[in-house]
Amino acid sequence: MDLTYTEEEQDFRARLRAWLAKVLPELPARPSPDDWPGRRAYDLGWQRRLYEAGYAGLHWPVDAGGRGATPTQHLIFLEETERAGAPYVGANFVGLLHAGPTIAAEGTAEQRARWLPPVLRGDEVWCQGFSEPGAGSDLASLRTRAVRDGNDYVITGSKIWTSHAEVADWCELLVRTQPVGADVPKHRGISWLAMRMDAPGVTVRPLRTLAGSAEFAEMFLDEVRVPVADRVGAENDGWRVTMVTLSFERGTAFVGEVVACRRTLGELARAAKANGRWDDPVLRRRLGRLYGEFGALWRLTQWNVSEAGRSAGGVPGIGGSVFKLAYSHARQELYDTAAEVLGAASLSLDEEWVPDRLSSLSYTIAAGTSQIQQNIVAERILGLPKGR
Amino acid sequence: MRAVDFQPTEDQQHLRAGVRGLLAGRYGREALRASVDASAEAGAGVDRALWRELGEAGFFALRLPEAEGGVGLGLPEAVLVFEEAGRALVPGPLVATHLAAGVVPGAAAGTAVVTAFDLDGPLVAHLGDADAVLGAAAVPAGEPVRSVDPLTPLHRVAAVGDVSAYRDAGALLTAALQLGSALRTVELAVRYAGEREQFGQPIGAFQAVKHLCARMLVRAEVARTAVYAAAVTGDPGEVAAAKLLADEAAVLGARDCLQVHGGMGFTWEADVHLHLKRAWVRAEQWRTAAQAEELLAGELLGSAGSAGSAG
Repeated sequence: MDLTYTEEEQDFRARLRAWLAKVLPELPARPSPDDWPGRRAYDLGWQRRLYEAGYAGLHWPVDAGGRGATPTQHLIFLEETERAGAPYVGANFVGLLHAGPTIAAEGTAEQRARWLPPVLRGDEVWCQGFSEPGAGSDLASLRTRAVRDGNDYVITGSKIWTSHAEVADWCELLVRTQPVGADVPKHRGISWLAMRMDAPGVTVRPLRTLAGSAEFAEMFLDEVRVPVADRVGAENDGWRVTMVTLSFERGTAFVGEVVACRRTLGELARAAKANGRWDDPVLRRRLGRLYGEFGALWRLTQWNVSEAGRSAGGVPGIGGSVFKLAYSHARQELYDTAAEVLGAASLSLDEEWVPDRLSSLSYTIAAGTSQIQQNIVAERILGLPKGR
Repeated sequence: MRAVDFQPTEDQQHLRAGVRGLLAGRYGREALRASVDASAEAGAGVDRALWRELGEAGFFALRLPEAEGGVGLGLPEAVLVFEEAGRALVPGPLVATHLAAGVVPGAAAGTAVVTAFDLDGPLVAHLGDADAVLGAAAVPAGEPVRSVDPLTPLHRVAAVGDVSAYRDAGALLTAALQLGSALRTVELAVRYAGEREQFGQPIGAFQAVKHLCARMLVRAEVARTAVYAAAVTGDPGEVAAAKLLADEAAVLGARDCLQVHGGMGFTWEADVHLHLKRAWVRAEQWRTAAQAEELLAGELLGSAGSAGSAG
């Protein structure tokens, strides 16, 4: 057990802080949430700055174009960028946190060379085509078909909850390359493909969330051709490849958000003090409790990241499910508490935290519902038997 | 070398394994049940021989400097050792005697039993066995009250004592006891859910039971993080968070464990109630949930200008 930073890490933090202080004032104004081309340009512009300053792909392996930083340096990066109010990863989310790490771990040298540098440079945006209308929590039951035709797969089916689909260049796509049968369980026969979003036959229709914005989309695939060479991993081995991706999503992808939640708590305390509600001991204790909880979640994040550094290939461990369960619940509690700080003002969408409160409702659903996470914890960590 | 790391070192893991082995041999389930049975007849008492053995093993002198006859280790080692004591439900004023090492003669060696004014209000635990009371010049007189925990006798006293100097360490070590108990109740629940069959399958195959167990583990693991981190930083806010989260993990863990055990969980024979009752006692010791939350709220407001601490 050790919580001290080395001189090198402190130096890394100081240089990063100085750089952020210099570049953040130079950034253009943030685009409105519904301006998708504007958001793409803004997010890619920020990624380009990171790339030019040597901060892109910090924790990626050096042979994948990354900087090979230690887990602790990665944590410092996420902590400092969040604290300074730097742009969120945004449209680069899938490229940097799902597809990129998967290609780095499972792709060939050619595939890495083709797809990873544009992600790091801020040239290309990726989206995720995993879920289907009939395959949500039971992702392995997906039915989008890929039929081999010469050097191509011909793909037909539909995908849903595809974030950034409207502005993406590429989609990490899960397809069924072998039909489910007596000898083929559903989690076999799936393949992981990189699909160009401008390929003929791809139709994207935005989906409006309960927050009122078009954060994600439905995607219809009608005989879309994808070269066999754009498959990552072996044919029919896509489920295992996907599990690598999902463990990244559940492991360390939320580091910046935990820091942001801690900052929000501080703002809530100030607001409560200003409007007098701080004098209500019930609310005050609720805020104090959340402060303790998010402090522990920050430590758990640090622990998970150092565990990931220990395990081969830097793949975050199953502890990510424990973290996600605790975090998604705490995040919803945070914004419910924010509403208590605001009182009736929480009914106005113009108030700070109110749109975030609406967004937070997805946290116990996205990337594996809390119920599925509890099954994972019970079966894979605690060893309880699978139900019949 | 990783700077931000909670994984116990090899030495720390050896220390923990040693204490687990000692307690398994010296205070296993039979000894636990024997002390419950004895308490029903003669009232609960501290096992002085066990106390001396714990002393010889360095349990109380762990953090005392080697120059003063101690082991010279720190809070990170102490929380691992207390976690084991919590898991085994070792009765007696472990925390107070540990804190008294180097202050009260005999505490470090385990030849003295030291309790403390660690409860809010007029109650003191283990007064009848105490050679000294932290925060008081002499052992005060007290009237016995019927204790909810068969292994934690309580007395009502008129005197009050000041233990503020010990409060943070006391809260953290108590949190470590709670953590051990919480982790143990997860094990007990998972074992029972895997063995007990209804409707033709182990009850642990039902999602309703699985989810109870999963939530127990999540609370315990978040508490573990908080306890280990607080042991490394010693930060009062982190200690308060550790106590708050470990209290909850232990109390709710025992409650859920009881529920998983069904009717058996409501019996005297199952150990579940012993974990629950002790967790209730510890939740009242050193720093209650209300006190921890108020302390954290104060820190939050204080830090609101600087947007959270580094590291």
